[in-house]
Amino acid sequence: MGMTLTEKILAKKAGKEDVQPGEIVTVEPTWVMSHDNSAAILLKFKKTGVKNVWNPNKIVIILDHTVPAPTAEYANNHKSIRNFVKEQGIENFWDINTGICHQVMAEKGYDLPSSVIVGADSHTTTPGAFGAFAAGIGRSEVAAIWATGKIWLRVPQSYEIVVNGKMPKGVFAKDLALQIIGDMTASGAVYKAVEFKGETIKNMSIASRMVLTNMSAEMGAKNGIIEADEKTVSYLKNRARGAYEIMHPDKDAEYEKRTEYDVSDLVPKIAFPHTVDNVYDIDKAEGIEINQVFLGTCTNGRVEDLEIAARILKGERVNPNVRMLVFPASWDVWREADEKRILHTLAEAGAVIMNPGCGPCLGAHEGVLADGDKCLSTANRNFKGRMGNPNAEIYLGSPATAAVTALKGYISDPREVL
Amino acid sequence: MGRVWKYRDDVNTDVIFPGKYTYKIMSDEEMASHALEDLDENFAKNVKNGDVIVAGKNWGYGSSREQAVKCLKAAGIKAIIAESFARIYYRNCINLGLPAITLKHKDIEKFDAGDEVDLDIENGVIENKTKDFKIHFPPFEGYVMDIIRAGGIIEYIREQVQGK
Repeated sequence: MGMTLTEKILAKKAGKEDVQPGEIVTVEPTWVMSHDNSAAILLKFKKTGVKNVWNPNKIVIILDHTVPAPTAEYANNHKSIRNFVKEQGIENFWDINTGICHQVMAEKGYDLPSSVIVGADSHTTTPGAFGAFAAGIGRSEVAAIWATGKIWLRVPQSYEIVVNGKMPKGVFAKDLALQIIGDMTASGAVYKAVEFKGETIKNMSIASRMVLTNMSAEMGAKNGIIEADEKTVSYLKNRARGAYEIMHPDKDAEYEKRTEYDVSDLVPKIAFPHTVDNVYDIDKAEGIEINQVFLGTCTNGRVEDLEIAARILKGERVNPNVRMLVFPASWDVWREADEKRILHTLAEAGAVIMNPGCGPCLGAHEGVLADGDKCLSTANRNFKGRMGNPNAEIYLGSPATAAVTALKGYISDPREVL
Repeated sequence: MGRVWKYRDDVNTDVIFPGKYTYKIMSDEEMASHALEDLDENFAKNVKNGDVIVAGKNWGYGSSREQAVKCLKAAGIKAIIAESFARIYYRNCINLGLPAITLKHKDIEKFDAGDEVDLDIENGVIENKTKDFKIHFPPFEGYVMDIIRAGGIIEYIREQVQGK
């Protein structure tokens, strides 16, 4: 019997001819990633009694969640991480001047096709955009890998989502992701591997593919994955940290479920508070007044996202009732957006340009919402209290929807201005 | 012996343990004081050692934050019984030594908030004393049972290191 892409990668990594869904394999991950939570992880690691990490070259630590530190407590956490990486000889350490972990993993060439990546962050599904097997795990588990170099993984059943058709004007990968999650529900793919394929995916930029694998976590998936192709190879040129192999699913691979989409009629989508699967066409949301627009995150903080927003806001002013916050996903994104005058355009329009990082996404830092505030966010989550205040509401949409909403002061359809 | 705290489907990690506290390093007691803060304000005040949570589908979806398990364990919760778990949450339960038990919908329905229950993790038995019935579930095996017995994966590795 043939294998799906996820099964092939796990079989190879486990040194087996083939694997079956449900089987448990023990593997040494290609990379184990963590971020600011490394401060808590290193305390757990020390509790194991193991002195040295199994392999300092396989550990990647990226500070992004609360950068720069907002309080002495966070500053001390960052300091303990800096000391730890020195002690242990961990060279793959990226300090507060780099960006959001999932973006940095791609930019700095860790996201390699057919690699196995685990990380202490639920959106570690993102590297799947490069044909990697990538999944989120908990902190204790990261500490255990630091100590032993091993993790047990249950081989997931695979779903295939086949997307064909040309994306209409004003409709983006984020709208497709919301459509799929709305259909699948937040628990629709629990523990499954979700393989995205089809002509629309082929034609998507790497940045847009990352939106889909990033948001796979929101339907409960273990991992989201897209076959690597010539775009992947070209992105990885001069970035890849090591050799990689490109794998393909077998023609007779068995998928537990197949869903097909034709995007030719897709419209902009909005996820209403307080769940990501509470998705409607934009017309149901139009006119809802918004107090804050948040453009950024590991989902939608890349150059193409800032660029479309700048196109909409060029020569215009953000509505005076709206605070628009822009967080480029990384400093590489920041620099490119600066060179292209995108940041200039957004600032001229009245947006606040912030430093790269997770920003207000999880309510731990910057841009917290007031009681009764409504926010239009390009992030991947809108849970109650997510942005630091349970008495606020978060609506999710694409960067284009965010920009036109900032302009009008209420949720608006980007197709009217593009 | 403990009491049942009953919750619905799709309870996410942000209401179990709010994100605004995620990157603060807290004592167990402090974590426990924020448990289920945005879901049930009575929980942290009234939970007792030995209580269990009984919930619907997809308990603990969302963030990978371990405090969403730790805060309940620190509050005295002895097991979480649900129709299904989000996958990272499930792994976190095992790795922190908090039994996560999956039951069928019809069995979950039999429990009400406040029921008195007795748990036998080693043999896979839940006894509802209030309603006088027993439910059997497959006990944990091998490596996973070893981790649960040790009280978590960190403790398990430490035992192994010390045993060498």
